[in-house]
Amino acid sequence: MKKLLLASAATALLAGAASAEEIKIGIILGYTGPLESITPAMAQGAELAIAEVNAAGTLLDGATVTGIRGDDGCIDAGLATATAERLITGDGINAIVGGDCSGVTGAILQNVAMPNGVVMISPSATSPGLSHNNNEDNGLFFRTAPSDARQGVVITDILNDRGIKSVALTYTNNDYGKGLADAFQAAFEASGGTVTISAAHEDGKADYSAEVAALASAGGEVLVVAGYVDQGGKGVIQASLDSGAFDTFYLPDGMYGDSLLAAIGDGLNGSFGALPGTDSDGAGVYQGLASAAGFDGTSAFSAESYDAAALIMLAMQAAGSSASADFAAHVMDVANAPGEPILPGELAKAIELLKAGVDIDYIGATAVELIGPGESAGNYREYDVNGGAFVTAKFR
Amino acid sequence: MDFLNGLVVLANFVLIPATSYGAQLALGALGVTLIYGILRFSNFAHGDTMAFGTTVTILLTWWFQSMGINFGPLPTALLALPFGILATGLLLVGTDRAVYRFYRRKKAAPVILVIVSVGVMFIMNGIVRFIIGVGDQNFSDGERFIISARDFKEMTGLAEGLALRTTQVLTVVVAVIVVAVLFWFLNKTRTGKSMRAFSDNEDLALLSGINPERVVMVTWLIVAGLATVAGVLYGLDKSFKPFTYFQLLLPIFASAVVGGLGNPLGAIAGGFVVAFSEVTVTYAWKKVLTYWLPESLAPDGLVQLMSTDYKFAVSFAILIIVLLFKPTGLFKGQSV
Repeated sequence: MKKLLLASAATALLAGAASAEEIKIGIILGYTGPLESITPAMAQGAELAIAEVNAAGTLLDGATVTGIRGDDGCIDAGLATATAERLITGDGINAIVGGDCSGVTGAILQNVAMPNGVVMISPSATSPGLSHNNNEDNGLFFRTAPSDARQGVVITDILNDRGIKSVALTYTNNDYGKGLADAFQAAFEASGGTVTISAAHEDGKADYSAEVAALASAGGEVLVVAGYVDQGGKGVIQASLDSGAFDTFYLPDGMYGDSLLAAIGDGLNGSFGALPGTDSDGAGVYQGLASAAGFDGTSAFSAESYDAAALIMLAMQAAGSSASADFAAHVMDVANAPGEPILPGELAKAIELLKAGVDIDYIGATAVELIGPGESAGNYREYDVNGGAFVTAKFR
Repeated sequence: MDFLNGLVVLANFVLIPATSYGAQLALGALGVTLIYGILRFSNFAHGDTMAFGTTVTILLTWWFQSMGINFGPLPTALLALPFGILATGLLLVGTDRAVYRFYRRKKAAPVILVIVSVGVMFIMNGIVRFIIGVGDQNFSDGERFIISARDFKEMTGLAEGLALRTTQVLTVVVAVIVVAVLFWFLNKTRTGKSMRAFSDNEDLALLSGINPERVVMVTWLIVAGLATVAGVLYGLDKSFKPFTYFQLLLPIFASAVVGGLGNPLGAIAGGFVVAFSEVTVTYAWKKVLTYWLPESLAPDGLVQLMSTDYKFAVSFAILIIVLLFKPTGLFKGQSV
């Protein structure tokens, strides 16, 4: 019996040594919670990149990559921490694509990723609070979505270009809303504009007339609504139109959605906004790949998720190792110029180039350019609401 | 002109919304106060009773809409309302038979009935979510505005607009009718009088031959009517979501207690006191004052006493202040 055990253990070891390395990437997103409608396409984006690398089979001399999904609940820090803990200690993941919402992303980073030294690339957390300018993240955290500090500047530019000097501001009372509102207010006031009032609203209320009454009293040419499209943001706009308090609105990224057009109707004409988006070749290529794989590549943050997964694997190749401690320092190198430009669908080519010692510049689906502490510089698509539809004005 | 403009702003953002909100609270508080007066316990399931009645009404409204039945400029929901009341009445009488009657026969203390009603609340909570889901439902149709802000500006030439929604006027009109019918019923009919007698002194009422089971059943039916009407009006005017109805429990109880628990007149007054305090305390007075005060005195700040986040805190504060100084409420009700 003892011999048999020894023999089988030995064969198991041999078999293990013979096969190539197995790399695991945790895809930790809010599959339940307020963003549950967009997370499936995000996860499919990340899995698309993984499938592409596996099909090539050349990463780190034939390593196979597995994506493991885990739920962070979007607003449930306890669940997010437990999930990340389980994936790292139980499944032994090498890196994390995620989380999706800013609050839980911070929780995973502080409580799990940093103590365990695991690299995290978030596709959609945009809170300025996650910009670790003094290396508080030990160089482990990156994001392919821009910080809302950048969005604050973009909003300021758009308003200034349209000659608007005074606005009222309302935000959803959470990390996202508060972060964006503060970033915008700072940028707008620095450019000489006036924010007459900055008032929070709670999501999920039946009635926003009191909030709108305060906003109307303060006044302003435009109302900036930093909320959610299916939540309080919609309620505030409806109540403003009903009472005649405001008739032009600025819509940040959280307020972009066809459901808003359907709910508000003609009253929204003349409003405008911007959301992350690019007119680079990569976006079109990615949408082609996504439809071939059977999902919607235009869904919010799906392209950013593909890029996050791709960056992790390319950085591993550049470092020649799948250990976070080794490849963390290479994420910025593969993402930025100089180097051979890499579009979606060219991951196999990128791996070959890296093997040959050639530097690459990963462009990907969202024209990735990591700045500062490792976050996307951010390209925005400015649009107008005209005749009951979103009409693209220009890219910034 | 400036004075008129200020008045219009005040009416648009304070007077009209607070009046319709007050009417909705008053109807809710009437239901709570009737149960307290006659059955002698605080019914925590009231918010969810409202949600149940509204759910049934919404489903029927959708059915009517799909068949092409409508009520002209008025919301179709008014046609579905009687059926909603009927269903809610069945539910409440059924609950009474299944749950409350057992404790009543055992002469359970009021505090036990309160806890029982919390249990009933959770079950109704579940039923409503099971039937219609947790999301927002919009079932308002017909003419949306009587006067929209833009039309008002054009008509009067004032700088400020005044919007008057159909549902706001409807809320107040329906509330007045319902209250008038209720008071007529309580004061003039034989059943109403026996209900009041039962409320004043249970033993004397029993001795004079009043059938307690009948009084209890009529009470539940009236409460079903009040709760459904209040719920549907609130849903038409704002929007329907099970969770917000659950949250309405606080301002409704505040209204009933402020007015004096068990006193129908007090419930109405309490509803308006709470609604007007919530709206005026959190209103930013800058615009109105800029119109009314001479230029030199015009305020720079928002002149807002409290941020709108603290709306519910106002209900709590009123509740506590009234309980401290006048435990029986503004109108003489029973002390809690």
